[in-house]
Amino acid sequence: MTAVTPAPVPVIDRDLPARGRRRTRAVRGSRPGWFVYAALGAVLLASVFPFYWSLLIGSGDASTVRDPNMSWIPGGNFLANAAAVMGDPAVNFWPALMNSVISSGIIAASVVFFSTLAGWAFAKLTFRGGPWLLLFVVGTMAVPMQLGVVPLYILFSELGWTGQLGAIIVPALTSAFGVFWMTQYLRQAVPDELIEAARVDGATSFRTFLTVGVPAARPAAAMLGLFTFVSAWNNFFWPFIVLDRQNPTLPVALSLLQSNYFVDYSKVLAGVLLSTIPLLVLFVFAGKQLVSGIMQGAVKG
Amino acid sequence: MTSTLERPTRSAPAPAGARQPRRIGFGQRRSAWDLKFSPYLYISPFFILFAITGLFPIAYTAVISFMDWDLVRNSGHFIGFDQYAWVLSQPKFWVALRNTFSIFLLSSVPQLILAIFIAAMLDQNIRAKTFWRMSVLIPYVMAPVAVALIFSNMFGDQYGVVNTTLQNLGLPAVPWHSDALASHVAIATMVNFRWTGYNTLILLAAMQAIPREFYEAATVDGAGKVRQFFSITLPSLKPTLIFVIITSTIGGLQIFDEPRMYDQYGTGGADNQWLTVTLWLYNIGWGEWNFGRAAALAWILFLIILIIGAMNMLVTRSLVRDEGGRDQRSRRERRAQARAAKQRLAADAARLSTPTKEARR
Repeated sequence: MTAVTPAPVPVIDRDLPARGRRRTRAVRGSRPGWFVYAALGAVLLASVFPFYWSLLIGSGDASTVRDPNMSWIPGGNFLANAAAVMGDPAVNFWPALMNSVISSGIIAASVVFFSTLAGWAFAKLTFRGGPWLLLFVVGTMAVPMQLGVVPLYILFSELGWTGQLGAIIVPALTSAFGVFWMTQYLRQAVPDELIEAARVDGATSFRTFLTVGVPAARPAAAMLGLFTFVSAWNNFFWPFIVLDRQNPTLPVALSLLQSNYFVDYSKVLAGVLLSTIPLLVLFVFAGKQLVSGIMQGAVKG
Repeated sequence: MTSTLERPTRSAPAPAGARQPRRIGFGQRRSAWDLKFSPYLYISPFFILFAITGLFPIAYTAVISFMDWDLVRNSGHFIGFDQYAWVLSQPKFWVALRNTFSIFLLSSVPQLILAIFIAAMLDQNIRAKTFWRMSVLIPYVMAPVAVALIFSNMFGDQYGVVNTTLQNLGLPAVPWHSDALASHVAIATMVNFRWTGYNTLILLAAMQAIPREFYEAATVDGAGKVRQFFSITLPSLKPTLIFVIITSTIGGLQIFDEPRMYDQYGTGGADNQWLTVTLWLYNIGWGEWNFGRAAALAWILFLIILIIGAMNMLVTRSLVRDEGGRDQRSRRERRAQARAAKQRLAADAARLSTPTKEARR
């Protein structure tokens, strides 16, 4: 009945759902009319317009915003504005960029590793209380961050970690979503016989994980890494609380850009574009994976 | 004599591993331990970290919420429910609650409807599928703070592009910052911009899981595209819709980044036009440095999220019809008709795909 999830699942079925879909598509045949393309084009326009708008303002000068006859072609001041943002001592652009790269990188790597490990245990090893513990993990996803911020702040200020990058890295080292995601994936990606075979060959539990689990987990782990990186990069609430203007991440630095002086939007929006470029580059290379990651997660979740 | 020779081996409190006559080597014993305990070892990082950065703070938030917290000594004294009473007695709380709900509704309802329709278009047999799918996801990679900065400029009261466009069309300018509802619309637009594409892809995945035979059978029966959408697509999306609504409730009621960045002061407007619960929590905690009140507000927010989440689930369940369409108590005849048609379709599809079921009919 279901076209997307085929019943006999091979070891790693990276291509299978897509292939199955294409077959049913061929049956369906006809191409839609111009209306669909027009509507999708409008959606695309809405998706990129804010970027273009910030390029327009960010490449002008302080008066561009107030100009009623503003040109719809970008001006020539973007590099000057970008340089002004980078050179602004109150914004700390370069340390912020470094902090964002370091913290998002560490968080993504750590979440991927610990989630794969825990997902492997939940999906493929039997142990007492396993299903209940998994249920608990899923339940923690419903708890909002706000519920813990006050004691977390007290804890980190006792430790002297406020203003330190560690304060935003440590709480994010593991993720309930990641554990759930890897469990779901590994459950269907690895046949139990393979684990049994490794055990018979005398491999220890951890060795089995490394030689059987990790290779099988790779596609799902890559997607988890991407999503974790993006959300760590964009995270604002907790870094805004615990970090200060001397040692910010990019979103915290951006927020300072606006509150800093008399708001010069040409500089603010140039800074916005600057801070978005790394993720846009990531999107160009990994956008396809992000799309299929969201769609796979939806079918399983 | 013989018995005394045999006895001790049996009755001696032998260690568990030595009970079998066969020798057990170190390697085998290690492997037994390995099998039994390594699963716990593998899942322990999550639980240890959650205990420290999740469970402990949540419990301690409850403790602090009953206290008057002294920041200098980092300790407090117990005052019962006073903080909760204080929060609930503040007009600001009710304004913040109203704003949060207003922004939440303005962002989630149009967003879902838009996402369903965009997903339905992406579900067509279009050219360059990957390109269109990627195009809806572009806003997702942008930080909420960045989105908020761009949109608060576009929604500027005097020189924003939105008002300029409105005036060029001969319409009056909207006071996007000074009017409460207008500011909610602007903030909801930021949320919609960033999340519509993401939810579109989730719904698209669910749509592709609908058996194509349903549509084929419907076409044979003469149902048009629109009818197929309302009678097949929408009912089949129910579980996914519940998932999307629950997650957007948890996220939407916590909204902070966008209202914080909507102006340069970050206090929610001169008359609290766009003050949200989390923004107020931040201002109590890290503006007024009153941790007891902030903790009480955090718990109140959590309870609200739980209640709304549960209500959402119930409402969604009853609003979106079941795939089987067994519920006959619907008030509108149109719906009943559609359901009957759908039942027939489902039966047809079942007959098409699995011939064995025909015997039962």
